Amino acid sequence: MNTPLLQQVLDRTTPVDDSPASHLEVNFGLLDEYSKREIRRAILTAVAVPGYQVPFGSREMPVARGWGSGGLQISLAIVGPYDVVKVIDQGDDEGVNAVNLRRLIVSSTGIPESTTPEDSTLIQTRHRIPEDPLDERHTLVLQVPVPEPLRGVERDMRELARMHAEADYARMWVSLYEDKVRNGVITRTTGYPCLVNGRYVIATTPIPRWDVPRLHRSRFLALFGAGREKRIYAVPPHTDVEPLTFEDVPFEVEVTPGASCRTCSSTESFLVEIPGATAGDGGHWVCSDSDWCRRNRERLQHPSRGDRS
Amino acid sequence: MTTDWALRVSSLGKIHGSADLRALEDTGPDIGTAKSAITGSIVAAWDVGFEVSPGEALGVIGESGSGKSTVMRCIAGDQPSTSGEVHLRTVDDGRTNVLELDPSARRRLRISDLAVVYQDPAEGLRLNVTAGGNIAEALTAAGWRHFGRIRDRAAELLERTEVPHSRMDDLVGTFSGGMRQRVQLAKALANEPPVLLLDEPTTGLDASVAAGVLDLIRNLLEETGVAAVVVSHDFAVIEMLTTRCVVMNHGRIVEAGLTDRLLEDPHHPYSQRLVGAARA
Ligand SMILES: Nc1ncnc2c1ncn2[C@@H]1O[C@H](COP(=O)(O)OP(=O)(O)OP(=O)(O)O)[C@@H](O)[C@H]1O
Ligand SMILES: [Mg+2]
Repeated sequence: MNTPLLQQVLDRTTPVDDSPASHLEVNFGLLDEYSKREIRRAILTAVAVPGYQVPFGSREMPVARGWGSGGLQISLAIVGPYDVVKVIDQGDDEGVNAVNLRRLIVSSTGIPESTTPEDSTLIQTRHRIPEDPLDERHTLVLQVPVPEPLRGVERDMRELARMHAEADYARMWVSLYEDKVRNGVITRTTGYPCLVNGRYVIATTPIPRWDVPRLHRSRFLALFGAGREKRIYAVPPHTDVEPLTFEDVPFEVEVTPGASCRTCSSTESFLVEIPGATAGDGGHWVCSDSDWCRRNRERLQHPSRGDRS
Repeated sequence: MTTDWALRVSSLGKIHGSADLRALEDTGPDIGTAKSAITGSIVAAWDVGFEVSPGEALGVIGESGSGKSTVMRCIAGDQPSTSGEVHLRTVDDGRTNVLELDPSARRRLRISDLAVVYQDPAEGLRLNVTAGGNIAEALTAAGWRHFGRIRDRAAELLERTEVPHSRMDDLVGTFSGGMRQRVQLAKALANEPPVLLLDEPTTGLDASVAAGVLDLIRNLLEETGVAAVVVSHDFAVIEMLTTRCVVMNHGRIVEAGLTDRLLEDPHHPYSQRLVGAARA
């Protein structure tokens, strides 16, 4: 494994005396050192075997399992004193869940927070990858509810393990075939199955198809944590992530023709529909990434300022 | 025999329970049981051997419990064998004993080297998947990734096995027994395997339905040139589909020969009894 990547996980986790952590009343990053080490070991295995789901001894966290406890454990195990944390839920930094998780990370480490990817190093997320391009400074931590991509076709754990071990994904293909036969198109949206590094199929849960191409040969490290299911998997930088698609049925991201963000007018970001308040109101579209939307709006209003991309 | 076999089985054996070979002394046709009083184990099959050439169908006949399915499952890899060798012409030009392959390599043989049609269609098919989807499973396992071509190939196979095109996108669980068996045949033939094992393919079907499926199987065996092993307790099936057959009794082969000859002039008393019962 190349050293910079290892360091990305390991080096940042050494608190030094003048770090903000020396003033904390809890252990830096809340978890005890033994737990952190165990989780880091699982992360290193996950990075070494891209796409493979590594079991780990998921801890009880001060958030309910299924509410980001897997992602949180990864963040707390790798966070270091020089990190800046950003947390989003559905693309929004201000969602209740995002705020709670961010507070927890900040209060147990003393590190600064940000809403802007440019200023952040550790980005924990549910449902989205930020619109801004990320690079080697960033580690993306995804909260995963259902890590097993084959869950829909098989429930027996031993058979699932066998299928992954033998790269026997025929039944995954059958489920895509049946989806297309039944619906004329492949309807599967979030959690789209992808082949990682030509070997393991992962669930890209919970991100939409829109974000899937951005995992392919990305410059950043993506870590997926499922607390309830006790699994960690990874997409290291520069790794192939190919959505499973038939040769004659191109992979398409979600696009609504004619839709634009009501707030910033963007047609180039992932948009979500806000239903109308009344029957006559047809509803409208807004950017899912609220921080990107805010900066986009500012950029349009003041073209000279704040354009950092 | 020349070396043009597609499948060669030799000294195949399967003992359930203790592997103590003293069980061989008090089991078999002469003793009249497969269960050993000495060791308590069951000798489901022992010293079974035969060769099958491309385009040839070999019958395995015997009463219930005689070990027919055991032989088939050991060849297919559904069940580990106790002893013996199985060679396939397509694997290492027949030099490798496939019984010694690791389980994963063994399973891969089922993609395109060897296919099985079971008595119970639920064993060879997924009932909660469409007919086309079942065939797609075989094709995608073999690396097919073009949706249109998978559709075309599935339609072609279902046409060959006489499943109405209109049923292609229906769940197999909604099909009649005879229709399920036709889908199972279509799936088994999807990757043109050189060897096909059929275990009681028409048992459990109504007589008129069974006759239609038998007809179909006979035509498919002729058209494809596959090397087939047909397991049945029914001489009518063996007579219709095979040119050579072996007779099994309490886990052992008691007689082997041309099917016509065996039906006319069975030598072993057990074969005589079987033929007598079939002719009655
Ligand atoms: N798992 C097992 N444990 C113990 N004995 C078994 C097991 N499976 C099969 N047998 C025994 O092995 C013998 C051969 O069974 P097998 O199923 O091969 O017979 P068969 O010729 O296919 O019979 P049928 O015509 O009823 O299908 C029988 O005595 C059976 O009871
Ligand atoms: Mg049987």
